[in-house]
Amino acid sequence: MSRMIRLQALRWMLTAVFACLGVIMILPFLWMTSSSFKLPSEMFRTPIDWIPDRFYFDSYKEVWLGKYPFALYYWNSIKITALTVLGTLATSAMAGFAFAKLRFKGKDALFLIYLSTMIIPAQILLVPRFVLFDRLHLVDSHWAIILPGMFSVLGTFIMRQFFSTLPNELLEAAKVDGAGIFRTFWQVCLPLTKPALVSLLILSFTWHWNEYEMPLILLRSNERYTLPLALTNFVDENTTNYTAIMAASVSALLPLIVLVAIFQRWFVEGIVSSGVKG
Amino acid sequence: MNERSGLLVGGGKIKGSHREQMAGYLFILPNFLGVAVFILFPLALSFAMVFMDWNYLRGMDGIEWVGLDNIAKLVRDDYFWISLRNNVVFTGVTVPAAMIFGLVVAVVLNSQVYFKNFLRVLFFLPYVSSIAAISVVWSVMYNPSQGPINQFLRGLGIENVPGWLASKDWALTAIIIMVAWIYTGYTMLLYMAGLQGIPKDLYEAASIDGASRLRQFFSITIPRLKPTSFLIAVTLIISTFQVFAAVAVMTKGGPVNATMVLSYYMYVQAFQFHKVGYAATVSWALFLIIFAVTIAQWKIQKKWQDEF
Repeated sequence: MSRMIRLQALRWMLTAVFACLGVIMILPFLWMTSSSFKLPSEMFRTPIDWIPDRFYFDSYKEVWLGKYPFALYYWNSIKITALTVLGTLATSAMAGFAFAKLRFKGKDALFLIYLSTMIIPAQILLVPRFVLFDRLHLVDSHWAIILPGMFSVLGTFIMRQFFSTLPNELLEAAKVDGAGIFRTFWQVCLPLTKPALVSLLILSFTWHWNEYEMPLILLRSNERYTLPLALTNFVDENTTNYTAIMAASVSALLPLIVLVAIFQRWFVEGIVSSGVKG
Repeated sequence: MNERSGLLVGGGKIKGSHREQMAGYLFILPNFLGVAVFILFPLALSFAMVFMDWNYLRGMDGIEWVGLDNIAKLVRDDYFWISLRNNVVFTGVTVPAAMIFGLVVAVVLNSQVYFKNFLRVLFFLPYVSSIAAISVVWSVMYNPSQGPINQFLRGLGIENVPGWLASKDWALTAIIIMVAWIYTGYTMLLYMAGLQGIPKDLYEAASIDGASRLRQFFSITIPRLKPTSFLIAVTLIISTFQVFAAVAVMTKGGPVNATMVLSYYMYVQAFQFHKVGYAATVSWALFLIIFAVTIAQWKIQKKWQDEF
């Protein structure tokens, strides 16, 4: 019995040590949040007031109600992310199903091409994509980010792997019941791939929500900026207004932090199942 | 996994019916169009651009075919070599640091701790957050005179505090620390998944033989995690070699090129100097280096497997 208690005490101690480590891990987030509620004059005071005596919302007013339309940036990010994620899910699921379960000529060769594009770093595609969109007069349009974002080779691969695990008897049974190929896909197979779809949704949401490089080279007008781009632009134009910078950072980071807290299990599964970011 | 498994309905090499063939093409078509227009075509264009001296300000008229001039220029370009050196240092330090931290956190978190799931979130929060936003916050934290990091160091009695992002000796280190912090959560998650696959009785048997915890860690945990470590090393080397947002937001390659890396150098060439052909050449160099390192890793991994 006493051994049990000793063991429990040890586990609680380890938990406490680790909770401290975890808090140290998120100190930048805590410091950012606490600074955003301070006055510029007291922000860098030492020792740090982690919980300010008085909360000031001036910085948030400046960010949200000033000359920078953060609500619009939010809307831009939401719009772009929603369309890219939906597109990715649809195109990946359909192609993944075909690669896993349908027979047609040239499939293996095509799949090999898909696989080999996975080793291409995004950096190589950046400049030619800019040239392409410039020729199409799509620079400074959200479509330049949405359109390429709707197709994911990694997503296709993840979906294909998952569809492959479904037994072929299932498809044959559906066929015997008179279901066509599309119904078999939509009503029989797709509902079963929910875990893979959720993983892909999480991955592609995180990726597109945080994407920085593509919007940086493709968006020009302030009112079309996505959140990360709007944030760094805000910093460039308000270099020493540190509390406002912190309020803007909190505004940019908070929704994802809340989502991670709520759906953490899915985030973990998504990250682990892909093993790759983006 | 067998590459062919699940490819054909009902096994055998029977061709699908006409309907099935059509359905196959229709299902792939939207995806394939996207891949062709936004991946395959840019890839071909990028390759062609390696052989062009293209001043983009002059539009399509700016194209001049110059053969291998870009490559010759690249080899003699000091900034290319400075960037490559910074890339190597950056990846060489960041990846092992993130792997070691992540492994330690994963091992402790995996068995001995209460509220495992909640604590786990704290560690991977940086990884899923926007790198641009995180870089903004860290830039302020690194502020040499007022930032909390240097205030803390002064509090410890250190007089000669680093200039961090403002110092050419410290800027790369500053970015390395932040990115290692970001990726620790990622390595932790993968190591936790890897630890699930180690049979518990291995440890029990080792305890009975009187092996200490530390010895068990080095003789069971580390060797058993080799495949996981390999996967992490490959993916992290690939992604840290492409580091862009952190550099773009925090230092723009400075001070005095101390944090210039290949992806940012490519960006500068393309979007500040409008030399898109040369920028494409830099990006292919980046790709070939990543590719060579990955192949080398596979070779080493194979050798390991043969040895053990």
